[in-house]
Order: sequence, then structure tokens, then C-alpha cells
Amino acid sequence: MHELSVAQEILEIVNQYFPDPKPNTVKSVKVKVGKLSNILADSLSFCFEAITSDTPLSSAKLEIIETPVRIICTVCNKESEIDPPIFACPSCGNNQIRIVSGTDLWVDEIELFDEIPEDK
Amino acid sequence: MSVITIERKVLEKNDAIAQQNREVFKKKNLFTMNLVSSPGSGKTSLIEKTIHHTKNKFNVAVIEGDVQTSLDAERVAAYGVPVVQIVTQGACHLEAGLVKDAYRQIEKNDFEVLFIENVGNLVCPAGYDLGEDLKVVIVSTTEGDDKPLKYPAMFRNASALIINKTDLIPYVNCSLETLMKNALSINLSLKIFKTSCTNDEGIAEWCEWIESKIKR
Repeated sequence: MHELSVAQEILEIVNQYFPDPKPNTVKSVKVKVGKLSNILADSLSFCFEAITSDTPLSSAKLEIIETPVRIICTVCNKESEIDPPIFACPSCGNNQIRIVSGTDLWVDEIELFDEIPEDK
Repeated sequence: MSVITIERKVLEKNDAIAQQNREVFKKKNLFTMNLVSSPGSGKTSLIEKTIHHTKNKFNVAVIEGDVQTSLDAERVAAYGVPVVQIVTQGACHLEAGLVKDAYRQIEKNDFEVLFIENVGNLVCPAGYDLGEDLKVVIVSTTEGDDKPLKYPAMFRNASALIINKTDLIPYVNCSLETLMKNALSINLSLKIFKTSCTNDEGIAEWCEWIESKIKR
């Protein structure tokens, strides 16, 4: 539901690296979206495209990598992946677990075009 | 191929302001709760009941968040406590910056407990730290017993669960036992209260818990 404001935060981070970008400089922005972050990938891409269209960053594609929810079991100490809404250790079944990843949103990297392509 | 490594949290700006809020609240020895729920679960009623029941024990201030209107702030103001209304103009959640600005308007008052009533929504407020001590999720019996499974992030991030409108259980299709089982399957450490703002069930226990959290 708040994908637009998240897209704006991503754009703000990109703008810090390219305060005055030339057209066709940025090829893609790689973003990690945790499975438990309540963010819909398609909707986030749509919002990012909408706010960058008609700007020098319109060439930038948002590349979304969905990251799984990983936990450490506080009973058997094993680290594993879980599939919400089941919040239990897949190894021993205990639900005394600590989530270690999969709840956050990260801007991972920005990929640039090697050469500035001709205008399409 | 040229790649710039970024590795920064998308919501880092919000998180930084939330941390500033947390430090400000800590300096004032405040116990701060972020109340989250779907619309109509009884967040404002619970705040009203809490103020009424604890007026001789501790002082409360309230930050209200809504998409539109100041109706909630008007209700709470009738109890004579400091209150600020944040109108988000369509935004589905409160952000730390909004809370920071709202808090400035009430900080000169004398209080030990701060309620931040989030926008009614079981999805988006889960992702935004406001600087609170803990999140309290409220679910009313009329919403059914499956809500924890449908909105796991919210229940996972909360420290306490209030099951409100227990007086309506005879009339609705909601099993308290199933609701609690579902909630605990997502978050075993949830402290659960069963309340009714109509017949006052559980209100005393809830108020005592808040009192035990006050930093004096």
C-alpha cells in the first residue's frame, strides 16, 4: 500500500549518488525486498517507473530480488528459511525463533550503462 | 559493466529519525506505545478507558494518526490530556518525522505515558519504526480469529496483543482460543490482554501492566 513512498525513498538514495544524472546513465537499481516487508514487488516497480518517467533516470530499471525470511532457532541454534505465516524452526519445530533477515528493504547496487547508448 | 555497491536500507531516513525520537523519549523517561490495528478495532476507546482508569496514577499524552479528520483527538481532548492530531492526507501509516513534529507540540506537558495511535491498517504501519518502546496490536473479536495469520508481520513486530470487544463474543464467529493460538504461533512472546471497553473486562489488568512499564 505504501509502495509509492518506498519508491520515493529509493529514488532519493539514487539521487545522492547521481545528483545531476545524464540521461541513460543508470541501467538498473537492484533492490532487496524481504518477504516479510509487506511490499509488493510489481507495485514497487510500477511506482518507481512512474516517478522516474520523463526524468534522466527513466532508463533505470528497478531490479527486485525477493529475500526469504531466515531465522535462528533459539533452541537448536540452527539457521534456516521459513515460510510465513509459519513461524517455527523447520528442524526442531520450536517457535522460539529469532528472525535474522527478510523483514527489510535494501538498495543493494546501482548498475551503469557501459557507454551512453543512442537515444531510442 | 560498472556497478556501484550501495547496501543501504531504503527506510534509513525514517529509522534515523525514529532513533532520535527514542532518545528524546528516553530522556523524558517516557513509556511509549505505538498502537496498531485495523480501523474500528477500538484503539481510541481503549485510550479513553485507559486515561479514565489511570487518572490518579499517571499522566498520559496522545498522538493521534488518521487519514482525515481530528475526530479522535477531539474525543481524547475531552479527558483533559495533551493530544495532537496528525492528519496524513491519505498516507496509510505514520512515519517517524510526523511523530517528531507532533511531539514538539506536547513536550512541555507533564506525562509519563505516550500513546501513538497509528492509522488503522494492519499492513503498512508494521514497517515504520516511530521510536516507540513497543508496538501494541489490537484486534477486535468482530474481525475474526484468523487475522494474525493474514497479517503476520504486524503480529510478529508487536510486544502485546489486545483482544478487544470480548463482550461481543456470543454474537460473532470468533474463537478466543483460536485467535490466541494463531497469534502465539507467530509470536510466542506476545503479552495478551482480553478487553472490553463496554463492560471494562480486562481494563484494570491492562492499566496495571502499563504502570509496571513506567520508568520512574
